[in-house]
Amino acid sequence: MSREEVISIINGFLIEEFEADSAVLLPEANMHKALDLDSLDYVDLVVLIEENFGFKMTGEDFKEVQTFKQFYDFVTERVN
Amino acid sequence: MDNRVVITGMGIHSCLGTTLDEVRESLFIGRSGIIFDPVRKEMGFRSALKGNVPMPDLKADLGRKDRKNMPEEALYAFASTKQALEHAGISQDFIDANEVGILFGNDSTTGAVIEGVDLLREKKDTTLIGSGNIFQSMNCTVTMNLSTIFRLKGVNFTISAACASGSHSIGMGFLLIKMGLQQRIICGGAQEVNPYAFGSFDGIGTFSTHEDEPTKASRPFDASRDGLVPSGGAATVILESLESAQARGANILAEVVGYGFSSNGEHISNPNVEGQVRALKMALEMGKVSPDEVDYINAHATSTPVGDRFEALAIHQVFGDNGPLVSSTKGMTGHECWMAGASEVVYSLLMMQHGFIAPNVNFATADEDTAKIRIATETVQKDLNIVVSNSFGFGGTNSTLVLKKFG
Repeated sequence: MSREEVISIINGFLIEEFEADSAVLLPEANMHKALDLDSLDYVDLVVLIEENFGFKMTGEDFKEVQTFKQFYDFVTERVN
Repeated sequence: MDNRVVITGMGIHSCLGTTLDEVRESLFIGRSGIIFDPVRKEMGFRSALKGNVPMPDLKADLGRKDRKNMPEEALYAFASTKQALEHAGISQDFIDANEVGILFGNDSTTGAVIEGVDLLREKKDTTLIGSGNIFQSMNCTVTMNLSTIFRLKGVNFTISAACASGSHSIGMGFLLIKMGLQQRIICGGAQEVNPYAFGSFDGIGTFSTHEDEPTKASRPFDASRDGLVPSGGAATVILESLESAQARGANILAEVVGYGFSSNGEHISNPNVEGQVRALKMALEMGKVSPDEVDYINAHATSTPVGDRFEALAIHQVFGDNGPLVSSTKGMTGHECWMAGASEVVYSLLMMQHGFIAPNVNFATADEDTAKIRIATETVQKDLNIVVSNSFGFGGTNSTLVLKKFG
């Protein structure tokens, strides 16, 4: 799966399911702050990633991933 | 402390309508909200009849973080509570500055429970159920969600008492305010309508099988009644101490003057007369109301052969041969179960406000027992000063409320 496809899917569910404003989805922005994620939101992100990419992200994974760019890179690496 | 308790707002989301005006009109003209649901037939229901309750679109009111925690009954309850607060003139600023509580009747979250269990069985991983299911599937889902959404600081719990849940919630709110422990409480009842909630209820042969005539299937007190029609939604009333209502300059809709409760102590599903009579008498005595002062009884009567018979006998025992006019609005609504005790208070308040008694639709012929009470077969224009609302439930739980026009 190409990086562009990964970005498109992630941004798609963040806008559709998380009701994120597309304007906050900037590659260098901190995704935790931009999406105002609480502990329950991470559970729902795990579900969406599993549904769309077939693997489970862990709490440790989310600590490593800070920006949207890192998030896209992390997922792209895992699915390829 | 013995505060007077008044109702200053109401809201409704039911198969009769989703605004007070729409519901008032349905009640006045005797418009049924019952339909045939082919999905239920495919699922193996004996009876595929149900109340046609629209799903509210709350995307403009609630964000994802709130909505994901709410099953359908909580969405209905948000809709009716938003209406009721607006009707009462209570703003979020007022709630933030004053203690407001919530007591809601609810006795199932079957749809959410099944959704969560299905996901667990499919995924074999609890995380993949998602974060919202736990908050959707707890029985207190309505009070849990609404208390956080509206930032309520007063009493906060759910009353589970089968088909009397909504009525007991108003009764408990009444007592807490009367005792001076609370000044204002959001009270109500909510009921899920999804088929999973009713499968087993259908299975024990409780539902009407008049599927060829959905709007004529629910026939409270009629000799040909053969069972209830399940329905749901949510209803809310705002209870306040008279002092609180007057201090705000609120429009007072009615006063709650009596609440009677009892348990039959017998069969799990069959009612009895004695328990209902005790609840009725307790409510009247608390309200210092004599039976001949009552203008109207909104009956619990669900259209089941046994239940309606026992209620008719109980009403006759308390009110005698020339008792007040009686109607069961369940001929139009079906049985709104956990919500019914609250919705029927809203229906009764609408009748009181607009001076009429809604008809007991689909009643044509009395049997030996239902002939003992005076049933309003058509809409009756009448000034209602005192109204009684009955609610009874499985396990023999009984609740009677007495409402009085304020003045």
